Amino acid sequence: MAVEREERLTTQPLVVKPAYRPAGLFRASAAVAWKDLRAELRSKETVSAMFVFALLAIMIFSFALEFDRTGRQASAAGVLWVTLIFAGTLGLGRSLNREKDQGCLDGLLLAPVDRSALYFGKLAGNFIFMMVVAIVLLPLITVLFDVSMFKPLVGVVLLMGILGYAGVGTLISSMSVYARGREVLLPILLLPIALSILIPAVRATRGLLEGVTFDELRVWFNLLAGTNVIYIALAYMLFDFVVEE
Amino acid sequence: MATQTASLPRTTEGKRAQPVGLIALTVFTALMLLAASYMAFIYAPTEATMGAVQRIFYFHVGAAWAGALAFLVTVVAGVLYLIKGTRKWDIVGLSSVEVGLALITITLASGPVWAQFAWGKPWTWDPKLTASAVMWLSYAAYLMLRQGIEDPTRRARFGAVYGIIAFASVIMVFFGVRFITATIHPVVIGQSASTAEGDFGMTARMLHAMLFSFVTFTFVFATLLWHRIRLERLSDRVDAIKARLLTR
Repeated sequence: MAVEREERLTTQPLVVKPAYRPAGLFRASAAVAWKDLRAELRSKETVSAMFVFALLAIMIFSFALEFDRTGRQASAAGVLWVTLIFAGTLGLGRSLNREKDQGCLDGLLLAPVDRSALYFGKLAGNFIFMMVVAIVLLPLITVLFDVSMFKPLVGVVLLMGILGYAGVGTLISSMSVYARGREVLLPILLLPIALSILIPAVRATRGLLEGVTFDELRVWFNLLAGTNVIYIALAYMLFDFVVEE
Repeated sequence: MATQTASLPRTTEGKRAQPVGLIALTVFTALMLLAASYMAFIYAPTEATMGAVQRIFYFHVGAAWAGALAFLVTVVAGVLYLIKGTRKWDIVGLSSVEVGLALITITLASGPVWAQFAWGKPWTWDPKLTASAVMWLSYAAYLMLRQGIEDPTRRARFGAVYGIIAFASVIMVFFGVRFITATIHPVVIGQSASTAEGDFGMTARMLHAMLFSFVTFTFVFATLLWHRIRLERLSDRVDAIKARLLTR
């Protein structure tokens, strides 16, 4: 009897049915991004901080550099990007510090999905926050700096530049979050790396504002696209090593 | 008890002296440096328009080359560390960054001296100069990142990752700037941009001196790297001995 039961037990196929299907990379990334967006929609902490900071930065630039009319127009591209980049570091820092402080990072890492999903989700969140700030800054700079920012190609430069910046920034902020003095460390780590995005982005934007043809600016667009591909591919490959315990 | 205390000095004794290979390499590199100075100051002819200050160029370019090589070694060490996870590759990566920083400092310090005469001012916000300064800063940031992290394996992992990413700034200095045709900095390999100022045609002797300087600085890099790796190993051993004494 006992032997029979034992046999029956062992011959039963050992299939553990998963309670759910593990989400694909895209769905998992979207879930992380959506989590960040929803938290932001409720608290409005990050974007409002970024926006107020950006506004202050523009004011300080205008005062400190004492622009005349032509100087103001010539520097609009630089002011836009420097403001965006600095405001971006605020958002990038918060994005992961918040997870770490509340212990959520461990929870996210325990989720049975590809860890790249966390990277792409965070990247998407940071990208959207920076784009929102950029979209608000465009009319502001148009009015304050007396130069029209509303050109389709400026939008393309913004998309590409912010994507690359958020791409490499998400990786670096996921490292700085573990370090002592992380708020100080993030810009120090990120800005030198981001320069290869900032330079082509500023040059392309300035060229577009001055009415230079696309053909002459092609080199900057190529550089920007190349940097984006390299940075995001590298970050995708390296992120697993960063969050590994 | 007595045997334990006796065993401590013995473990350090055998390896206290520098390896013969390292001593030989150090002496050889010192001789190479002397020879390179001879090549730069006496063998190479004085450049027609810039005069004696052009001689800085041999060490400026040599150090820049060796610095870039050092940062490349860091990338390779970083990749190997991420694959294998052994302390050895972490040590190589860290040491190479420190040596590379020293070499790039030579480049950044010698450049303005030359530029004062060639361009009439020590520093311009030329893309190549700016990118070089930023490259220096990104590797300084590498050291700060390491300093900020307590856990040794995490420190090593982050070092490897940042060492790989930071190489983008090296590519920017040596290749990315070629995209930007408006640089006034002359280039050694290939054609200088039409906007370059202070460019000169090299005679055969100048070329010899330059190539010799490249080889010399490669040796300088190798020697310093070996010394630095040895230092880090010794420091590891001191830590191990300290830990052993404290837990006794």
